[in-house]
Amino acid sequence: MELTYIPLFAVLVSLAAVPFILLSSKKPNLREFWTILAGVIKFLLVLTLLPSALQGNVIELQLLEIAPDLPLVLRADTFGVFFALIASSLWIFTSFYSIGYMRGHHEKKQTRYFASFAVCLSSTIGIAFSGNLITFIIFYEMLTLATYPLVIHSENKKAIAAGRKYLTYTLTAGLLLIAAAGITYYLTGTLEFRPGGIFGDVELSQPMAITIFLLFLGGVGVKAGIMPLHSWLPSAMAAPTPVSALLHAVAVVKSGVFGVIRVVGFILGPDVMAEFGLNDILMVMAGITIIVASLLAFAQDNLKRRLAYSTVGHLSYIVLGAALLTETGLIGSIMHISTHATMKITLFFCAGAIMVNLHKSNISSLNGIAKVMPWTMAAFTIGSMGLAGLPPVNGFVSKWFLATGALEGGMFIPVTVYVISGLLNVGYFFPIIHRAYFKKGGEELEGHTEASPFMVVPLFTTAILSILFGVYPDLFFNFFDMATTVASSIFNPM
Amino acid sequence: MLDFFMGHYAYWFTMILLAIGLYGMLIKKNLVKKTIGLSIFQAGVILFFVSVAMKWGATVPVKADGLPVSEVSNYMNALPHTLMLTAIVVGVATLGVAYALIIKIYNRYGTLDEEELLDKIQ
Amino acid sequence: MTGSNIPALIPATYILFAILIPVIGLWRSEITRALALLGSGIATFLSALGFINYIQSGEVIRYYFGGWMPPIGIEFVYDGLAAFIVLVINAIAFLVLIHSKEISKLEFPGRKMPYYTISMLMMLGFNGMVLTGDLFNLYVFLEISSLSSYALIAIGSKRAPYSAFRYLIIGTVGGSLYLLGVGFLYTVTGTLNIIDMHAMLPQVIGHSAVVGALILMVIGVGVKAALFPLHGWLPDSYTFASSTSSALIAPIGTKVAAYILLRVMLFLFGVELIDAQLPVTTIVGIFAGVGILYGSIMAIAQSELKKMLAYSSISQIGYIIMGISLANPFGFIGAVLHVLNHALMKALLFLVSGSLRTKEGHSLITKFDNSYRKKYPWTMVAFTTAAISMVGLPPLAGFFSKWYLALGTIENSNWMLLAVILISSLLNAVYFFRILEKVYLNNPDAEEADDAEAVSPQNNEVGFSMMFPMAVMAIGLLVVGIFNAYIVNVIFTMFPAGF
Repeated sequence: MELTYIPLFAVLVSLAAVPFILLSSKKPNLREFWTILAGVIKFLLVLTLLPSALQGNVIELQLLEIAPDLPLVLRADTFGVFFALIASSLWIFTSFYSIGYMRGHHEKKQTRYFASFAVCLSSTIGIAFSGNLITFIIFYEMLTLATYPLVIHSENKKAIAAGRKYLTYTLTAGLLLIAAAGITYYLTGTLEFRPGGIFGDVELSQPMAITIFLLFLGGVGVKAGIMPLHSWLPSAMAAPTPVSALLHAVAVVKSGVFGVIRVVGFILGPDVMAEFGLNDILMVMAGITIIVASLLAFAQDNLKRRLAYSTVGHLSYIVLGAALLTETGLIGSIMHISTHATMKITLFFCAGAIMVNLHKSNISSLNGIAKVMPWTMAAFTIGSMGLAGLPPVNGFVSKWFLATGALEGGMFIPVTVYVISGLLNVGYFFPIIHRAYFKKGGEELEGHTEASPFMVVPLFTTAILSILFGVYPDLFFNFFDMATTVASSIFNPM
Repeated sequence: MLDFFMGHYAYWFTMILLAIGLYGMLIKKNLVKKTIGLSIFQAGVILFFVSVAMKWGATVPVKADGLPVSEVSNYMNALPHTLMLTAIVVGVATLGVAYALIIKIYNRYGTLDEEELLDKIQ
Repeated sequence: MTGSNIPALIPATYILFAILIPVIGLWRSEITRALALLGSGIATFLSALGFINYIQSGEVIRYYFGGWMPPIGIEFVYDGLAAFIVLVINAIAFLVLIHSKEISKLEFPGRKMPYYTISMLMMLGFNGMVLTGDLFNLYVFLEISSLSSYALIAIGSKRAPYSAFRYLIIGTVGGSLYLLGVGFLYTVTGTLNIIDMHAMLPQVIGHSAVVGALILMVIGVGVKAALFPLHGWLPDSYTFASSTSSALIAPIGTKVAAYILLRVMLFLFGVELIDAQLPVTTIVGIFAGVGILYGSIMAIAQSELKKMLAYSSISQIGYIIMGISLANPFGFIGAVLHVLNHALMKALLFLVSGSLRTKEGHSLITKFDNSYRKKYPWTMVAFTTAAISMVGLPPLAGFFSKWYLALGTIENSNWMLLAVILISSLLNAVYFFRILEKVYLNNPDAEEADDAEAVSPQNNEVGFSMMFPMAVMAIGLLVVGIFNAYIVNVIFTMFPAGF
């Protein structure tokens, strides 16, 4: 079977849906049909790549030379397929959920919304399948631009300010990334993603290594929400909830951490990272981010903002895992990309459902809503448990590997950070659950029932998936196998 | 020291012309005076070229009996002169355009004084 | 043998039409535009032919005028670089002239004949500057193009003659300084031919006249190229000239001057000699860098679209000159590629501003609102394309020239200039997204006004003659971006000696 072109089709399918979405702007049902059709096709295309990815095979497609010696390459390696699977599968859920949310909320300009969303997904899959840094940068910038219309969707002052902030942060990041890529290209003569890094024979001085690393960190760290580069993320919560759910919990921010792992494992390589103490810088930053973000999450009364800070913290779990430079740590880190995705999307879906159904966005007003929205709150509880790292939800699995990885490397501070942050997670999620289940709700809750099935079904499904993946990490997609393959390829390059 | 000045007096002359021209263009407020400065500036450059062509004891570059062309020291360098013919034409054209613009400005604003002009424009 | 007359034919076409247009225009002024289009069309066709010929054969055509061999006679050197630049400027001029139909009716009715005549003359000057291999001949063409551009700029709003006059004074000083520099070089080498002089310069490089000449020529050409701090004439000239004049001059004029700078610095002096006495490249690089930042910052402060674009031109020309000053292969590629990219982007942006002026009667950014998106959907798409390319986001063309420039700065370990490129990209983003925000988003301050004008704006898109060139350029930006490797591979063959 000819698989070579599948990555290309997987990238293009949602882009191809854009004209159809735009043309059927007057017929919402048809328009959403295109979105979902594209989502399903995209998912199936990515799924066909799974068997070869599990064997560690690499499918490479060289498109054209974008510059001499710098081809545009789409490459479906194990890590890419892993990320593409997460993004494309969750897009289907989000599409259904969007229909319920956008119609329930009577949002304007839904056509622009769905079209931008499709472009975002193309870019995300493009990022996943980028075979070298230049391709990565192109899709990375595309993602920035395509997300902008979603962030400013409501076009009020707050949204526009958030949009400006978002552009400032991400465009700066893009430029730093370009600078880093330029220096790397100059030193190594290639920008390929190679397991174990491309700096093999290059003599690096300490200041040069740190400069390159900091430029890369600035480039991918913004989308990965590493402090102090995180502040666009809470502001971007001005976007509609499905956007926050898929993009600011999965696609955009995970592109950032995906980029971090690409840089650490495939560009700089663990050897260079360790030689110049770069992993220490990364570890300190990630550690601080985890703790500070968890503390800041306490201070938020707006549910989405609390989730945003929680996202910032959890992204740094992944970054910290990569910075440990141990195989187990990296497995945990990669696993956490998938586990955090399913859990956090559930939580955002819940937040959105509550907002649409009860018009409540502040935690202090959530008293007693579990009676009205039992399914939603059940899903919320599962998601929160997972993020706090309690079994049997999948968050436990990835955290277990993260902690084991840290211990394996003899590093106790990261373990402590993980443990403390787990407690803080319990601390900021538990009050919400407590309010919802045990406090008595106000009168305004009367007459309200569960949210529309368009929203409840996706959010409950993702919650169930979180548990299933917690119990059987290799279910359906063999996420665990894939993470192991990726980690071993980086630490034992051929 | 004196030798330095006297030995290069043609260049100093050029420098002075350029300086006068620049002064006229920068300091004078009247647009016509500015064009005069411009003209002096160009004349400085033209005279520089002509002075470069100068040779002591040589005659104008027109072939004469008894002065063989193969002996180049007989004649001044002809090329700078011809070049400057072109440059003078360019200079005249420049002045033509400049005066056309000045007439246009005068018709619109009724003044050629730069300060008044700027006042009226605002 | 194919195409060996092309270098002479291109300027000859413009001369022919510069004579034809006024003669015919005296009694049929309505067909002058058609004639001008024909003229620049033929020139574009010839230069395309010549460029294709160059790509296929790689031969450099040296055309000797009157059969006189250089260094006695004047020659046109049609090498890859000249062929490329000639193609770019002629094609841009052709597209801008197509676009000029509506604007010429509106902004200078009854003066079409002079406008098209002068534009032919100006293109003659620019083509001659690019093609000639003789330093004095270059001066003559420089003045032909300059004098015509003063006249073109004077055709415009009420203030145009005054800004044209100022440009004339500054421009003539620049030209004279260049001529003085040529005189210095002539006195020490005795030749005016660029190739000949390049061969002689190593023998006289220690002479103080040579370094003086270099300084004078860089300043003189720098004025024409609007290199900071010699840019003073540019903003007013571009702003008050007719929209179609500025669309013609802005993308072409400064580029050609930058090209002359490139010829002087990297071909006449060459990589080995340029820094022999003074760190010329470093100094030029610093001015270019300051100019990039200055232009971008000033552009942010403008409330008039054309003035903003004028300042942005100062900044963009800085990129090209910076690429030249790096004097390494990547910098060269970046500079040459940016000539093409910026010509496309800036022409497109000026055309958009011209289109808006014809439709709305102004191009004040403060008055832009989101009705434009409905009224001029495709114009705005073109504007957005150009804006994103200016910011330098892949895969549009602007990204790649910046990429090569960045590589060039890295090769020289010139971190300051690398930082300048990055910062200025951000500043570009500021002044373009500011407009895009206005055009595409609801104004949150004016929400109550929404109900008052509930009538939704009608589609009022510009006509074909305006849409076509803008569409070609917008698509061109994408195509050049995606297929820039092919262009860069051609640029590889254009390197001066010493790379």
